[in-house]
Amino acid sequence: MEGRTLHINMGPQHPATHGVLRIELEVDGETIVKARPVIGYLHTGIEKTMESKLYYKALPCTDRMDYLAPMMNNLGYCLAVEKLMGIEVPEKVKWARVMLAELTRIKSHLVWLGTHAIDLGAMSMIVYAFREREMIIDIYEACDGQRMMTSYFRIGGLANELPPDIDKLVRKFLKVMPERLIDYEKLLTHNPIFVQRTRGVAVISPENAINWSLSGPMLRGSGVKRDLRKDEPYSGYENFDFEIALGKNGDAYDRYLLRLEEIRQSLRIIEQALNGMPEGPYRAHVPGVVLPPKEDILHKMESLIFHFKIITEGFKAPRGAVYQGVESPKGELGFYIASDGTNKPNRVRVRPPSFINLASLPALVEGGLVADVICAIGTVDIVLGEVDR
Amino acid sequence: MEETVRNWMQDRFAESIVREENFRGQQSFYIQSNALVEICQALMEDPDLDFRYLADITSCDWLGHEKEMGDRFEVIYNLYSLSRKYRFFLKVMLPAEKPEIASLTPLWNGANWMEREVWDMMGIRFTGHPDLTKILTPDDLEGHPLRKDFPLTYEIPQFTWNKDNPPEVIR
Amino acid sequence: MGLEEKIPDSVILTSLDKMVGWARKRSMWPFGFGLACCAIEMMATFMAKYDMARYGMEVFRPSPRQADLMIVAGRVSMKMVPVIKTLYEQMPNPKWVIAMGACASSGGVFNNYAVLQGVDRILPVDMYVPGCPPRPEQLMDAILKLHAKVEKETLKQKHEDWGRSVHR
Repeated sequence: MEGRTLHINMGPQHPATHGVLRIELEVDGETIVKARPVIGYLHTGIEKTMESKLYYKALPCTDRMDYLAPMMNNLGYCLAVEKLMGIEVPEKVKWARVMLAELTRIKSHLVWLGTHAIDLGAMSMIVYAFREREMIIDIYEACDGQRMMTSYFRIGGLANELPPDIDKLVRKFLKVMPERLIDYEKLLTHNPIFVQRTRGVAVISPENAINWSLSGPMLRGSGVKRDLRKDEPYSGYENFDFEIALGKNGDAYDRYLLRLEEIRQSLRIIEQALNGMPEGPYRAHVPGVVLPPKEDILHKMESLIFHFKIITEGFKAPRGAVYQGVESPKGELGFYIASDGTNKPNRVRVRPPSFINLASLPALVEGGLVADVICAIGTVDIVLGEVDR
Repeated sequence: MEETVRNWMQDRFAESIVREENFRGQQSFYIQSNALVEICQALMEDPDLDFRYLADITSCDWLGHEKEMGDRFEVIYNLYSLSRKYRFFLKVMLPAEKPEIASLTPLWNGANWMEREVWDMMGIRFTGHPDLTKILTPDDLEGHPLRKDFPLTYEIPQFTWNKDNPPEVIR
Repeated sequence: MGLEEKIPDSVILTSLDKMVGWARKRSMWPFGFGLACCAIEMMATFMAKYDMARYGMEVFRPSPRQADLMIVAGRVSMKMVPVIKTLYEQMPNPKWVIAMGACASSGGVFNNYAVLQGVDRILPVDMYVPGCPPRPEQLMDAILKLHAKVEKETLKQKHEDWGRSVHR
């Protein structure tokens, strides 16, 4: 029997699209013939804004891109600028950055877990996930005073000294989290509805995953062993002992198990970082480039003059271009900074993992059912702020 | 690994290389625009080098610095080898009047959206792309925002002294 | 002696304005228009630690036809402007708008070609909440102040407001 296909629009305002994403679907009955994502509803022009600001002042713009893992964006930008200027940071800064970056990864995976489960019908998961997230936000607030957009990592070090009760707060979190993870597993892992909705859905093979330039849990779920923390270590990751989780089938259920395992490995790294945190200054000493600590400004003349000059004029970067990639919870987040010798960057390019992972949505979804589109969007783990920038 | 790549490029494509650079440990080759697809295909198929992962395609506008860089537009291809764990960059300079280059979508599916974004934001045309349309900016915005001659469109906020005649757009 | 003694115990006397105001305040259904980072803080306000359900705002309606209060949370891009106008027109009267965050109130950190400098250029806004993003306590304070305003509004005043024009 011949028929025509039906065009459906999953519009920009939808309860389950994690933001303002629009998908144009062409369906034949319940089966999808063609799917085309339309994005750009949150485009903010961040890259162009960063070109008109000094290197220091462009830092808070990076927080607002992937707003579920803000410290990871800060880390990538700071590492890229430090590579461009050739600054070497003290050991304590590296270990503190690793610890907070892994806390950020857990925070982002918790929000993913809550929203993915509520899309598939398990409505109580989101309340538990946000309860744990509040504990991590308490740690952020103790460090810098802000709940989400901290801009705690600065060029050359950290914004302030680590708070004196950070040890107590992080150990309380480390004690509580493994039991909660067992609770989450009891809710979802062997739940027959959850398994049936995610097993065999949104499958992608390893060769296709490499061809579509996927990264992060999407790539590791298909069995490709690629993690920037092991392949191109940055900020002292080579001193830590952890494993990389790999999936077998490349479907949504494997990626769910993989992300839970990533949370466990992050807890291991945080414990190692807390036990072995070295003493030392919290900023590098590079006069003319890195802001001097506030105590020095009140007593020494040179610090006052350098502080004034850095804030008003900035520093001149050498001519050239660098690229620094970090392993964000969504994939490979890269910063490409091209400098023309002045105090403002000529081009800041952010390699957005969610944008490139979302491009493969047609390959994941075509030939499947309409209800699987929701599961596919959830398992790709997109953040529209990063897709549209 | 840097030596291996340099020798491989010099052996096969010596006439297409304009210059080679190494800044802060990252190797990049400036090549001619007509040799791009050939070089990428050879890099992908070579079993020893195995550059099968295209990490990023991006562009840069060097208005005002054409003498040092060669031309106005620069397109940068970020390639990574999974087995050798090595990353390097291929860069192409394009003229200001007619910035066009061949598309890499036959080789990599992931290049589709990356090239659409470069077209939308910088105005560089990719010949052979299946669907080169706007992806990020609204449909009624004319021009390419990331070019240096497109203004930032910064609005001065309204205060009591300029409330009756607010200046709309500067810069 | 007066009229009060003739009234039995099960009768309450009030004016229509007060009763309607009380009912509207106690059962406002939000239409969470979460766009960006402020949406995450809005979700956190409605979760276990800063529970908004105790003020009657339990259900988050996904459809605009069933909602009263539109919380514009996040930066409004130029491509999104016709979509917001359509959604606002689809909401039935009476309706209120909260502009949450610095980007929805006035453009925020982003002063460029792509971001609308304040959602009050296209919608009439009742309450502005500053912050980037505002703390859950700030959003709760804004919602409670809006509830107090709604309770005191008379029906005649609301009828006049329905035809008011948009700022600028």
